[in-house]
Amino acid sequence: MTAVAAEQQAICRQQVEDFLYAEAALLDAWQLDDWLLLFDEDAKYEVPCNDAVDGDPVQDLMLIDDNYARLAARVERLNSRRAHREYPHSRTNHQVFNVRVHDVSAEELSVTASFTVWRFRAGRTSCYVGRYRYRLRRSDGGFRIAAKRAELDMTDLRSVGDVAIIL
Amino acid sequence: MSTGVEPWVTQATEVAAQLPIVDDDPVAQRFRVHRSAMTSPRIHRAEIERIFAKSWLYVGHESEIPNPGDFVRRPVGGRPLFMVRGVKTGNVNVFHNTCTHRGALVCRQESGNSKVFQCFYHAWTFDSEGQLKGVPGRDAYAGGVNFDELGLKRVARVESYRGFVFASFDTGIVDLPTYLAGAKDYIDLVIDGCGGSVEIVRGTNQYSFDANWKLLVENSVDGYHAESTHDTYFKYLVSIGTDLRGGVSGRAIDLGNGHAVIEYSSPWGRPVAKWEPLFGEDARTEIDRLRADLVTRHGKDRAHTMAEVNRNMLIYPNLIINDIMAVTVRTFYPPAPDVVDVTAWELAPVNELPSLRQRRLDSFLTFLGPGGFATPDDLEALESCQQGFVSGGVEWNDISRGMGRSPVANDEEQMRVFWRRWQHQMGDAADMAGAQ
Repeated sequence: MTAVAAEQQAICRQQVEDFLYAEAALLDAWQLDDWLLLFDEDAKYEVPCNDAVDGDPVQDLMLIDDNYARLAARVERLNSRRAHREYPHSRTNHQVFNVRVHDVSAEELSVTASFTVWRFRAGRTSCYVGRYRYRLRRSDGGFRIAAKRAELDMTDLRSVGDVAIIL
Repeated sequence: MSTGVEPWVTQATEVAAQLPIVDDDPVAQRFRVHRSAMTSPRIHRAEIERIFAKSWLYVGHESEIPNPGDFVRRPVGGRPLFMVRGVKTGNVNVFHNTCTHRGALVCRQESGNSKVFQCFYHAWTFDSEGQLKGVPGRDAYAGGVNFDELGLKRVARVESYRGFVFASFDTGIVDLPTYLAGAKDYIDLVIDGCGGSVEIVRGTNQYSFDANWKLLVENSVDGYHAESTHDTYFKYLVSIGTDLRGGVSGRAIDLGNGHAVIEYSSPWGRPVAKWEPLFGEDARTEIDRLRADLVTRHGKDRAHTMAEVNRNMLIYPNLIINDIMAVTVRTFYPPAPDVVDVTAWELAPVNELPSLRQRRLDSFLTFLGPGGFATPDDLEALESCQQGFVSGGVEWNDISRGMGRSPVANDEEQMRVFWRRWQHQMGDAADMAGAQ
C-alpha cells in the first residue's frame, strides 16, 4: 500500500468510526426515529440465528430480517408503550471497535466491526457480543446505511432471552 | 439467566391444604391451579421424575439427519443425547451421550456427519450404530469385560411419527401412536397441508427466560391473550393492509392424553395457502395454485382447514407445533422451577419454491422468535406472572374461562386438558396443595 493509499484508508476509517459512534449514541439515547433516518429506503437490517451466523434470509431462519418497512414498523413498535418487553426501555450501551473498512475506493463501503451491546433492565444484565457487517454509501460528506447485519458470537440466546432491542 | 430470586414457596391456607394442586370443580364450573405448581422446588423435582422421565419427549426431526452418519446433539428431558442416522442400517439411533468406559461425552459437536464417535478421553471408539469398535490396549483387560455389551447406550424407547422423532426413558410406556392419540390427525393436517413432506429449516432459536415451564405451555395455546398482549403486532398487520375483520374465532379440542389444540380462523396470511398483502401481488397466482393442489388432493373441506385455519397444538408435556403464519416446532425443559430453556425451529415443505420459501420465512419473523414482534412480549408476560407469584398473597390461578359452554379458541379448556393430565401423572406429589 502506498503512503497516499494508507492515509486515505486511515481517514476513511476515522470517518466510518465517527459515523458508527454517532449511530450507537442514537440507539443508546432511544432516538430511534433519528436512527432510522440513517438508513436508505432499500436498506436491510439482519440478525442471523446463533447457530447459523452465515444465514441467508432467502433460505435460512433468521432472528431478524427487516427491510426498510419492517424496520420502520420495529421502530414504531419500540416507540409505543405496548412493546411490553421494552416498556419501560432497557438502558443500553452499544460499544463498537475493531473497525475495518474494506474497498475504500468503492462507491459502497464494506465495513466490519466488533460490538458489545450491554442491556440493563429491571435488575438484569445482558450482554450481546458479535460482529457488525455494514454496507455504507457515501452521501453529502457522510454515510447512509444500505445494510446492517449483526452476527452474534454467543452460541445461543440463553443468557439474554431475546433480541427485543436493536443491536 | 436468573433474577437471583429464590423460588417462593407459597404459604398455603388450611383450605388449600385439603385440595389437590389442580382444583377442578365441574359442579361450580371453576378450575384453579395452586401457584406452588409454578414455584415449588419439590414439585419441580417430582415433575422431572414423574413427567419428564415418563413421557414421550421430542428429540428432533428426521430431516435434520438425512444421510447415513448425519447427527445432531440434543438435550432431551435435561439429558444430553444425540441422534444419528446409522451408516449400516439407515435407522435413526438415539443414544445417551456418554462413553461406556468412564463417562465423557462422545458426541461433542452440535451437528455433523461421522462414521465413528470417539471419546477423546481414552479414545474408545463407537460406530454410528453404537457398537464399540476400538479400545486402545484391549489386551490389558481380563475376561470379565464383555466389550460387546459396552456399546453406546440407546435411550429406552425411540419411535417416530411422520418424521418427528420421540424418545422416552420409560421402557414400559405405551407406543408412540397410542400416546399421541388425537394429536396424530393434527400432525397429519400440518404435514399434508405442506404437501406431504416437511423439513426443519436451517437456523435454531435457543433462548431461556425466568418463568415456570407450564406458563409457556399455557401461553403457546392461549387465544385469550393475543389481542391484549400483541397489540403492536396487530397494528403492524393493519399498517401493511391486512384485514383483521375475520377475527380469530374457533374452538378448543381435547386430543387425549393431555394433548390439545385450538383451531381458529386466520386474520394473518398463511404460506399454505392464504394470501395476504405482506406476500405481495405477485404471490397471488402461486398461492391460488397451491390451494387448488390441496383441493385436488384432499377435497374442499380438508383443503380449507389446511389453508385457512390456524392450529396451536400442545403435545404433552413439552412439544408445541403451531401452524399459524408459518409453522414452528418448539420444545422446552425446566432446569429449575423458575427457568425454562426453549428450543424452536421452523418447519417447511421440502422442495419448496424459493419464492414461497422466502415468503414463509418472512411471515415467521413478523410474529415469532426472539426478534419477532410478539415472542418477546410473551416472555415479558410469563416472567411477569412468575414475579407476581413471588409477591404472594394470592394462592390460586384461575383457569375457568369457557367452562359450561362448548369451548372456543380463546377459552381455557386446552389448558385444563394439560393440567388434568399433569395432576394425574404427578399423583400423590400434587394431591395436597398445602404440602408444597
